[in-house]
Amino acid sequence: MSIKEIYQTMEYGPAPESNKESVEFLDKHKRKFPLFINGKWTKPSSGEYFESISPSTTEKLAQVAEANDKDVDDAVKAAKKALKPWVELGGHGRARYLYAIARQIQKHSRNFAVLESMDNGKPIRETRDIDIPLVARHFYHHAGWAQLMDTEMKDYKEIGVIGQIIPWNFPMLMLAWKIAPALAMGNTVVLKPAEFTSLTALLFADICKQVGLPDGVVNIITGHGSTGSALVNHPDVSKIAFTGSTEVGKIIRRATAGTGKKISLELGGKSPFIVFEDADLDSVVEGIVDAIWFNQGQVCCAGSRLLVQESVAEKLYKKIRTRMETLRVGNSLDKSIDIGAIVAPVQLKTIQNLVQQGKDEGNTCWQPSWECPKDGCFYPPTLFTNVSPSSIIAQEEIFGPVLVAMTFRSHGEAVKLANNTRYGLAASIWTENVNLALDIAPQIKAGTVWINCSNVFDAASGFGGYRESGYGREGGKEGLYEYVKHRAESEFKNDAPKLKTHEPSSKKENKSLPSIDRTPKLYIGGKQARPDGGNSITINDTYGNYISEVPKSSRKDIRNAVEAAHACTSWAGMTGHAKAQVLYYIAENLSIRADEFASRIVQMTNVSASEADKEVQASIERIYTYAAWADKYDGQVHHTTQRNVTLAMPERVGVMGIVCPDESPLLGFISTVIPAIAMGNSVVVIPSETSPLSATDFYQILETSDVPSGCINIVTGNRDELTKEMAKHDDIDGLWYFGSDQGSKDVELLSAENLKRTWVNYGKYRNWYDRTQGEGAEFLRHATEIKNIWIPYGA
Amino acid sequence: MIKNKKISQDVIAQTHHLRNEGIPFDASLIEGININRSAVERRAATIGTRRSVKKEYQAAWLLKAISCMDLTTLAGDDTQGNVHRLCAKAKNPVRKDLLEAMGMADAGITTGAVCVYHNLIPYAVEALKGTKIPIAAVSTGFPAGQISLQEKLKEIELSVAAGAKEIDIVISRALVLQSDWKALYDEIAACRKACGEVHMKTILATGEIPTFTKVAKASMVAMMAGSDFIKTSTGKESVNATLPVTLVMVRMIREYLELTGYKVGYKPAGGIAKAKDALNYLILMKEELGHDWLQPDLFRFGASSLLGDIERQLEHYVTGRYSASYRHPMA
Repeated sequence: MSIKEIYQTMEYGPAPESNKESVEFLDKHKRKFPLFINGKWTKPSSGEYFESISPSTTEKLAQVAEANDKDVDDAVKAAKKALKPWVELGGHGRARYLYAIARQIQKHSRNFAVLESMDNGKPIRETRDIDIPLVARHFYHHAGWAQLMDTEMKDYKEIGVIGQIIPWNFPMLMLAWKIAPALAMGNTVVLKPAEFTSLTALLFADICKQVGLPDGVVNIITGHGSTGSALVNHPDVSKIAFTGSTEVGKIIRRATAGTGKKISLELGGKSPFIVFEDADLDSVVEGIVDAIWFNQGQVCCAGSRLLVQESVAEKLYKKIRTRMETLRVGNSLDKSIDIGAIVAPVQLKTIQNLVQQGKDEGNTCWQPSWECPKDGCFYPPTLFTNVSPSSIIAQEEIFGPVLVAMTFRSHGEAVKLANNTRYGLAASIWTENVNLALDIAPQIKAGTVWINCSNVFDAASGFGGYRESGYGREGGKEGLYEYVKHRAESEFKNDAPKLKTHEPSSKKENKSLPSIDRTPKLYIGGKQARPDGGNSITINDTYGNYISEVPKSSRKDIRNAVEAAHACTSWAGMTGHAKAQVLYYIAENLSIRADEFASRIVQMTNVSASEADKEVQASIERIYTYAAWADKYDGQVHHTTQRNVTLAMPERVGVMGIVCPDESPLLGFISTVIPAIAMGNSVVVIPSETSPLSATDFYQILETSDVPSGCINIVTGNRDELTKEMAKHDDIDGLWYFGSDQGSKDVELLSAENLKRTWVNYGKYRNWYDRTQGEGAEFLRHATEIKNIWIPYGA
Repeated sequence: MIKNKKISQDVIAQTHHLRNEGIPFDASLIEGININRSAVERRAATIGTRRSVKKEYQAAWLLKAISCMDLTTLAGDDTQGNVHRLCAKAKNPVRKDLLEAMGMADAGITTGAVCVYHNLIPYAVEALKGTKIPIAAVSTGFPAGQISLQEKLKEIELSVAAGAKEIDIVISRALVLQSDWKALYDEIAACRKACGEVHMKTILATGEIPTFTKVAKASMVAMMAGSDFIKTSTGKESVNATLPVTLVMVRMIREYLELTGYKVGYKPAGGIAKAKDALNYLILMKEELGHDWLQPDLFRFGASSLLGDIERQLEHYVTGRYSASYRHPMA
């Protein structure tokens, strides 16, 4: 077109980014990539390769090796061998490598950005301005954490060899989120990129070689699901970190159940984007562009459910449609596009199918008047309005540029709609009223809440989900805990502690009247209740002498207890100070009845009176510990790079199941129940199966200590049967288990369905008297989830 | 209205819309305005990264920027001599050989206007005789506006009489700071009346308005009161035109268009010195308001040194060599 014509039309014209460097990189490797194992390019033992294709041009970019079980084994072996020297190198040495990696990524940032854009189909603007700068930032930030590990994480040590499986939507960024914290904390890694997008990970392997990273510290194995499966199941892998679909996340949870492998899962989402009537609507529109048309909507935390206050809904919809007309879809390397290509035909098909279902359900579908390019894998931005929560497109993660909108009448309804999902990854709240924003943010079940912004990220802020969006955090100090284990873990024993016991004299006391029968019941909703099944189990002492009977509970009693726990809303709303007052009151009342509780311990466990007294005193002290913590387990204000306050708030998990250890019947009960409630959770407790009477005696203390009804519910009976019922209960948010090896496995296996947070002991025994094992921040961390709330400011 | 339209065509070559007649003051139109600064800044930061114009497109866009430029001198030492020079440059803003190389020699490229102080209008009239280039005058006690309304109106009348075809007025910032929107409306409406058929650009001096929400409200009041353009700055405040404040103002223009059907023009002024900046502003206008706001009847840059940078970029486009400022005739 001539300048004169352009002067009239004022079109943008083509603005292609050069791909010279990336082509050179591909050609240097002859467009055929082996595996990166032990610092060397290694041919796959299968001899098989698969194609990596550019979705916006359908060009074949390169062949990538398919790793099989043997290759995975080689990679894990290399990582295992590299582990010891990597740990011994120390925090400062590791910081130097991470810093060098960050620098090297910056030096080759355009090559990374272009290659990512070619391989994934995402716009070069995004890889250039968002993905790759965040990658470098992540390595810099974690170079810092490596440096500080010795002082700031001194109770923790590395886990070992980490298996990491990452998705195709942010290939390089997810690599950084996985590798940087793992290496910082002294672990070595075997990473599997997604099969659609392996290339930047392979370029990263080049970077590792350039900075002289010791062999085996980072291994990159490419391949499909079977490669990932081999990694997950490898016995020498101590932890799996996965980002991807909820479906696969659950498979990984089940596959690793009972193995003792730690896992962190960052899964799907259907995140609400809530617009109140006083919001800056023009800015809301751009927020929506960032929320759902960023990365073609292929974002786990995409703001895909638009919830608008009725009073401004039509006005906002009109503005959104106007904006959609000016969005540009096209070749990912064109610098003037907003939306690139969908990663692969299979994903395009999924989007098309879901949109069709949305139309079939009668929702109003709107797309802009312009057409997408024909060749390549493109899909236009799409808006559904008048969507009902029951619609499939309102529930399923579409993972495409499709926004579904619905309206709300009141603030309360907005919260209900927002939380009406199995997911809980992120949320965005738009209002100019700071009171409203800070009222709504804590009510949303999501790991990240963005006020007046969306899809903002930084290495200093933790990112991760509630509910079926997974668990664990990536970024910030909270993210480090996914890559360390507490030093006390190495102290745990395979056998229960042995205490000296004495058989009580069998002489019957002669009394004129029989003693009054004491019948322990269940404690549900602040009331003593008989078990639904009407059965009891016998409790004997350690020598088999009869003591009492306790109710034999069934799944219905668990159900009732869970309902009672949910009904207890007052506890969670109390201030830390008020909770502390109640906890101190519990300690006070226990102290008054110390002798009685000690006698009960003697009766059940046949230990000496002084030993029993020691347990009671330790229990009182422990309650004090958590009363102290109740108003001190603070969050943080993260130093993120944008102008905002990023609040990392520990929030209660919700309703938790607590399965107490058999040993130390009182101290075990206190040590597990009190930290959970100190953080505001309501709990359903299964006390020691063999010695439950300390717990059933405890009702009277709870009743006299101002503990709100439903806060602590106690259900006795067969521990592992009841545990399974709790694991299968989808309205329990977290489950702690201190029982057998098999029971631990069952908990992890059966909890996979709703991805409740689990914490199990794999049949190991803690010394509950030892404060490093029996109490502390580790307990509080498992009783909370970190929510990051981003609050930008400026008048 | 039809009469107005005819006269507008004399003043501005490409008028194709109804002149904003203003609407009665309506407080409800400004009460609900809320602007979120951080969100505006985020959008503004990606305006220039989401779009890119290269090669012949860039050349065409830069020529368009020239056609939308109010080539300005507003200094205490302005004289007949430098105003004449400025006008000569306005008539021939780009070297002939460069225009020929771009196939634009016959396109009649001039700047959108020449902008001077009131007392220099006669020299500009003299120098621009026989051209269609309008003279814009800054009246109403520019830049601080600290004179009585009576004096402001008088100055407008004198400027119009002297031959100005566009009047850039400054508002009383105090009225914005005190949220006295009705008084602001009355002041601007009075100025508009004094302008008569001459087009009025209302300078908000956004650098002296503490919040974006107030910038938006002042924009709305200025349009309600009949401004033909709303303009950011005098160029004399410590902060002048920025992309974020531009977003705030042009979004209000869109809002006003939807309310009334009137298209109001936009003029960023002060601090726009680079060709790249000019492109970002044009992109912003195209994205937020559309093609109509890429024409001089609805968009102007208030600039003095911008033209020099654009000339050098155009020479680079033609020759492939980076240029030097001394290779282009000065204003």
